[in-house]
Amino acid sequence: MTEQGVRWTAEQVLALAPDAASRKAGSRLGTAGPWSEAGSGEGTVWGLCKGSGSRPYQTVVDLADAAGPAYKCSCPSRKFPCKHALGLLLLWADGEGAGGAVPAAAEPPDWAGQWLAGRRRRVEQRQEEGGGPAASGSADPEAARRRAERRAERVTAGATELERRLADLLRGGLAAAEQTGYGLWEETAARMVDAQAPGLAARARELGAIPASGPGWPARLLEECALLHLLDQGWLRRERLPDALAATVRSRLGLPASAEGPPVRDQWLVLAQYDTVDSKLTTRRIWLHGAGSGHTRLLLSYGAAGRAPELSLPVGLALEADLSVFPGAGQSRAALGAQHAPPAPTALRPPGVTTAEAAARYGEALCADPWLDSVPVTLDRVVPAPDGERGGWQLADADTDSALPLTPAARSRPGLWRLAALSGGAPVTVFGECGHRGFTPLTAWPQGPGAPVTLC
Amino acid sequence: MSGISPTQDTAAAASSWDDLVTTALLGTDRRPPAEAAPGREAPVALLDAAAVATVRRRAGLLPGRAAPRPEPAPGDPRPALPAAAARRLALLLADRSGGGGGRRGSSPDLTELLPQWLAAANAHGYAAPPQALPALLDAARGRTDLRPAALAFAGPRALWLARLNPDWRFALRAAPGGGATLPGAGDGEAVRRVWEEGLFAERVALLGALRARTPGRARELLEETWRKERAEDRLMFLDSLRTGLCAEDEPFLEQALGDRSRNVRATAAELLSALPGSALAGRMAARAAACVAIDHTGNSAGIVVEAPLECDPSMERDGVAARPPAGRGERSWWLGQLVEAAPLGMWPGRLGGRTPREIVALPVADGWQGELHAAWSRAAVRQRDAEWSRALLGAPSAPEAGGPGAVSLAERAKLLAALEPGERAAWVAGFIAAHGLSEAFQLLGVCAVPWAAPLGRAVVDALDIARDAGSYPWSFSGVMGLAERCLDPAQAAYLDGLLAIPDEREDAAPGSGGYWAEAFQRLVGTLRLRAAMAAELEPDTP
Repeated sequence: MTEQGVRWTAEQVLALAPDAASRKAGSRLGTAGPWSEAGSGEGTVWGLCKGSGSRPYQTVVDLADAAGPAYKCSCPSRKFPCKHALGLLLLWADGEGAGGAVPAAAEPPDWAGQWLAGRRRRVEQRQEEGGGPAASGSADPEAARRRAERRAERVTAGATELERRLADLLRGGLAAAEQTGYGLWEETAARMVDAQAPGLAARARELGAIPASGPGWPARLLEECALLHLLDQGWLRRERLPDALAATVRSRLGLPASAEGPPVRDQWLVLAQYDTVDSKLTTRRIWLHGAGSGHTRLLLSYGAAGRAPELSLPVGLALEADLSVFPGAGQSRAALGAQHAPPAPTALRPPGVTTAEAAARYGEALCADPWLDSVPVTLDRVVPAPDGERGGWQLADADTDSALPLTPAARSRPGLWRLAALSGGAPVTVFGECGHRGFTPLTAWPQGPGAPVTLC
Repeated sequence: MSGISPTQDTAAAASSWDDLVTTALLGTDRRPPAEAAPGREAPVALLDAAAVATVRRRAGLLPGRAAPRPEPAPGDPRPALPAAAARRLALLLADRSGGGGGRRGSSPDLTELLPQWLAAANAHGYAAPPQALPALLDAARGRTDLRPAALAFAGPRALWLARLNPDWRFALRAAPGGGATLPGAGDGEAVRRVWEEGLFAERVALLGALRARTPGRARELLEETWRKERAEDRLMFLDSLRTGLCAEDEPFLEQALGDRSRNVRATAAELLSALPGSALAGRMAARAAACVAIDHTGNSAGIVVEAPLECDPSMERDGVAARPPAGRGERSWWLGQLVEAAPLGMWPGRLGGRTPREIVALPVADGWQGELHAAWSRAAVRQRDAEWSRALLGAPSAPEAGGPGAVSLAERAKLLAALEPGERAAWVAGFIAAHGLSEAFQLLGVCAVPWAAPLGRAVVDALDIARDAGSYPWSFSGVMGLAERCLDPAQAAYLDGLLAIPDEREDAAPGSGGYWAEAFQRLVGTLRLRAAMAAELEPDTP
């Protein structure tokens, strides 16, 4: 495998940065100045970076692993990747631009070679052990079954309690909920955490924010209460549900599941990658599109507060890999299995649909999973346009008279303006999430040839 | 349920949903549901019905009606940026928030390179990548010095975009005619309409644009409405005649000497004095000649000065300010103005056929030399006279060149501007070699970028000397910053010897060697980066 000609772009490298400060620091180091003895080969990049101390930092990046790049740097930073790794990758991405500051070399120097060899050996061992971390099951199936039963009992108790609280709420009226504010729902959420039903806890917590969300809140609160009630009922009567729907209920409740679906080998195009951050956890969502299978799949990766999730797949790359889906009807979540080739740039684009087809696709998906907020959709030939009222925007079909509004959150992001600029009033292809709140654009492609532009 | 519009399913579905919401809001205790489901408590039955209704409503959503589409952005015929240059732009724009605060370390300051990059991209005539436009507009919004180049590079699509976002309204203001294109000079009707009905800014822009192409037409336009304009506006309009000033403007300017406003009169006089053949220049020459003469009484020739005794009304009409600023004598103040406005070409004839260099070398009696030379300097700047500038600048290595001489550094920087770029660079190089860097910042600012080789070497040598002298590099941060932006990248190799940390000497400031190495590393890194930037912008040769 030669790595010539598959150097990444600077945007793809910067997408690896754990935060804005690292991105800035990394881009400052992406010049030939502080670097020496840099080189690349066999999907690895290495170099010595002159810091403030007397000894330069030794930086190595392994890009050959399809699980995302791995980094090693002798600097004391706890950022991951550190600014030196980012700077080195930027320099490498630059290619001939910086006067070939990172030339292709046959052999890495010893300090880099040792780490790489050790790493590759561990990866191979893991693959020989047969299929990654999912196989690390408990030794005692009987004990595991008892544990699962105990947890089911607690979840049942939690769901029953939540049903009573919802009934009390509606007996007294939602108008009263406006006064109680967050407190009631925070307490309910804490009870659901105790009941080991994190899915219920998260939904209960979100209910608390709705009364302050502006006009029309009673309808929204009723909707979410009703869907929470539906989830409780689904759990309490799970024996009578079809297996697939029961699995969906379990996953919505936040019960553990593993990707049991058969591995699907495909050329997976990275459509979008974005992080959502709360106080404890950074959640990274990566949407993939299978060129052969036509499936759109979601990879989730988590990082503790302040750290970037480990998995990182820059938009516009494609990787040859196996994906296994998680159980449950209407679920697009998958796990990354064996990888057959590292991510590489591609000109592949996902096929698109009209706005009417996108709305219909969301409707169909609700039949399998009524709790879905949105589905991944690629819209073809749409024009972003302001829709006149209160700073709203929409994506209008170029050829018909229908349009999907953007979600309120999408209106306030800088990505909206990149989308508008890319379009310039002409049709573009847009990938995003389409749901009952509207459409959230994540990635766009220009009308003619051109690289994808990330909007999130 | 904002967002997508519901199916026009049935009015019944909508009304029953509204009914559910009302019941939920008030509570089932106060408002029992219309039809109670058997065997279910009232609130649970309400939740059942609401769940069904919610999923049904969501599943039945249809796209809404399309709003009027925006007009397509005008096409941009310029070729696209090479891919590497587009990536560089993204990096430069991403670093925008940086800079300021904190030690700069050894990595280049990308923010400072953006202006250069934009100028180079504009010189090549590339179109900006559309997705970079929001960041470009944001950068131009934050830095007014970037605006002209950034907006030129951003092109017509940026103006299209700016109309959609109030944050970028400045782009429409900055563009001539508020974003609408100015009428061409050939379109007489449109020109007249903008001139007669336009806002002040539009009219100034129109005049400036016309003046650049057809100077005569601009003046005629101005003459037509001159009497009706307000005094402040007259001043601004008159100022735009600076571009393309020519002998044909003289009658109009001569007439403006009688203007009601003193500022307008002064500006008209200043413009006329820059026309050596004008009647005003002739009058000033006669007045100045009466004040300055060769003194033949002594053994060697010298200049005697007899400053004017009064400022008569005709002098005032020609723009001479009668009242001196506080602390200046009246007569020397008048003399300065006369000499400044007189054409320099008269002096060789008046002073015995001497060349400017010989004239400047003549001794001046009674301490008038400072006053006289300063006035000649202002005249040389105003008339862009290279020979007089050269003479007044003197030799760069002359001892008085570095000290507080007759000609201030600011004056000297202006005099340098009248010289050819090569000569200018050579003079500044000589100055730095003789006097070091401490006074050179202002002079370096007027040199052409990239610096010519001799000048670059002089600056680097002077920095090297400053390092050996044991001072800290931040004493020279201004010059360092200029060098990063202006040194020719081809000279990076010349700096290689300076990158190492030298052994600390006893008399040096503690740790300064390391800081100097860092500063030189940054300098070299920035030069390499600039070379890479320039290379990336070269069009791909097929």
